[in-house]
Amino acid sequence: MGWLFDPAHWSGSSGIPVRLLEHFGYTLLTMVIAALIAIPLGAFVGHTGKGGFVIVGLSNALRALPTTAVLILVVLWAGLGDFPVYVALVLLAIPPIMAGTYAGVRAVDPVTVDAARGVGMRESGVLLQVEIPNALPLIFGGFRGAALQVVATATIAAYTGAGGLGRFVFDGLALQDFGQMLAGAVLVALLAVLVDLGFAGLQRLTVSPGLRPVGTGGNR
Amino acid sequence: MPGYAERVKVFGIYIQGGPIGVVVTTGGIRRVIEFRAVTKRFEDGTIAVDELDLTVEAGTITVFVGPSGCGKTTSLRMVNRMIDPTSGTILVDGKDVLTVDPPTLRRGIGYVIQQAGLFPHRTVLDNIATVPLLSGWDKRKARTRAAELLEIVGLDANFGKRYPAQLSGGQQQRVGVARALAADPPVLLMDEPFSAVDPVVREDLQNELLRLQAEFDKTIVFVTHDIDEALKLGERVAVFQTGGHLAQYAKPAELLSAPANDFVASFVGRDRGYRTLTFLHADVPVHPVTTAKLGERVTITDWTLVVDEENRPKGWLSGVDGEVEVAEKDLISGGSLYDGTTLRGALDAALSSPSALGVVVDGAGAVTGVVHAGDVIQALAKARAAGEVPK
Ligand SMILES: Nc1ncnc2c1ncn2[C@@H]1O[C@H](COP(=O)(O)OP(=O)(O)OP(=O)(O)O)[C@@H](O)[C@H]1O
Ligand SMILES: [Mg+2]
Repeated sequence: MGWLFDPAHWSGSSGIPVRLLEHFGYTLLTMVIAALIAIPLGAFVGHTGKGGFVIVGLSNALRALPTTAVLILVVLWAGLGDFPVYVALVLLAIPPIMAGTYAGVRAVDPVTVDAARGVGMRESGVLLQVEIPNALPLIFGGFRGAALQVVATATIAAYTGAGGLGRFVFDGLALQDFGQMLAGAVLVALLAVLVDLGFAGLQRLTVSPGLRPVGTGGNR
Repeated sequence: MPGYAERVKVFGIYIQGGPIGVVVTTGGIRRVIEFRAVTKRFEDGTIAVDELDLTVEAGTITVFVGPSGCGKTTSLRMVNRMIDPTSGTILVDGKDVLTVDPPTLRRGIGYVIQQAGLFPHRTVLDNIATVPLLSGWDKRKARTRAAELLEIVGLDANFGKRYPAQLSGGQQQRVGVARALAADPPVLLMDEPFSAVDPVVREDLQNELLRLQAEFDKTIVFVTHDIDEALKLGERVAVFQTGGHLAQYAKPAELLSAPANDFVASFVGRDRGYRTLTFLHADVPVHPVTTAKLGERVTITDWTLVVDEENRPKGWLSGVDGEVEVAEKDLISGGSLYDGTTLRGALDAALSSPSALGVVVDGAGAVTGVVHAGDVIQALAKARAAGEVPK
């Protein structure tokens, strides 16, 4: 633990704060890109009810891909740098978000959806004003699960020479410096907790109190 | 600021955007719904509605009643294009609904369903404001309107901030009605709106609906499988038979007195003779009754009706002979009260009373006398002789 608290490691371009920020940056951008792809796909298929098997098949196929293999393949094709890291991480994050969104939209009470049409909402309104808001708890479930995986897996960025907390793990391994490795691992875990707390906060802000378990939500 | 009564009167003339003038206040906007040879066959071959011909009069409550699966819901949902017919035409106010884009059509037709179908993620107020907002009202006006509606359906203003999960079934149903009325549509479709609530709340909601209808003069199509509800609410009742056939379309009294076929006769029920009494208004002799007040010392010889200071009935006293002090604990609670309206009320008052004497009350609830079951039967015989009861 000495390594972690040595002030020398807390400054400079390869210090802990910089690596933390890099790692956080990978996570955030990955989650944004993955959400932009996975949520519309899952929501659309969930809304129309058509092509559910595509979602399930695609999810399973993506889940089965070994992230390291994807990383190496993209490096071979596009060279070193951040790009392969994002490809690998986005592919990792898509399945849980897509599955959560699909399941969330499907799980909205058909009576509610029928009522939305009955009051005169157009299909876009049914999806955006009723189905998605009601699916948010499950969407967040998938999203937060994906975020945890991404924080943990973003360590492999260091493998291709990019930054992030993975540097401490891989450098520590190369130097037989177990203090540094341990510090890297602990920092990843810490970041995972913080990221999850952040998204939990976002969830509280965006999910309607009306969807919380009865008796706890809303203004009495 | 106009008072409550004044304000509600104004609603009749509000349509999207504001008051449109005095002309329409007389009777509001009237709509007729016409089914012309309407058939619905689902993909699996089920014929849900078979050659339906029927006209719903403007400004009335028309009830569709019939056993489960006879096509009531399907018929109703074809009016707002939640389902499109296989053949035939449905006209609302002379216009073929198939020529109107469904979302636009639906915003002009209130729709209430059995499970209320409120949006769980929206507050009660936002639920009610849904259609005005969809129709392009500004937020503040929609909110104000929603708050008024809350009052109209008999809910306290502070319910507005709650979420549907925090309401009872009956309250949710009221909000469902408020949501359907929010943009002041001239036509209201209601699919078993009250069947999921207990009998007491249901009666409340039914009375409320009759009041709303009297006030706002909507054209309402109401679906139920409860014949009592149908007879109570409907100005006209359409009895559907399994297979999507319309068996009879008539006024309630006529359904009871002249069922078109065995199906209608059996659906209307065994006690239809008794139900017929609901539609008869005849004079039944009112007899005097001995009354006493709490705390008085009286000599009891027969059934004595105990009343309060305002002469309203509290209960019966019997089973003692001689002088007693009238005490609350000795009271036998009474049956229903007869307010002088229908023969059914008179007979029920007599039958449900422990003394076999039906208590008659005036508008203020004060006792005016009692009726005997035998007199009701005689009044019925007289009405029959006078030709008031169709044979
Ligand atoms: N989408 C559908 N596909 C196939 N058949 C259907 C569909 N919807 C309804 N039906 C059938 O059409 C018939 C009429 O159904 P409908 O829902 O109109 O009955 P209902 O009179 O409203 O009955 P209930 O009192 O039970 O609500 C039934 O036999 C039903 O099974
Ligand atoms: Mg039905």
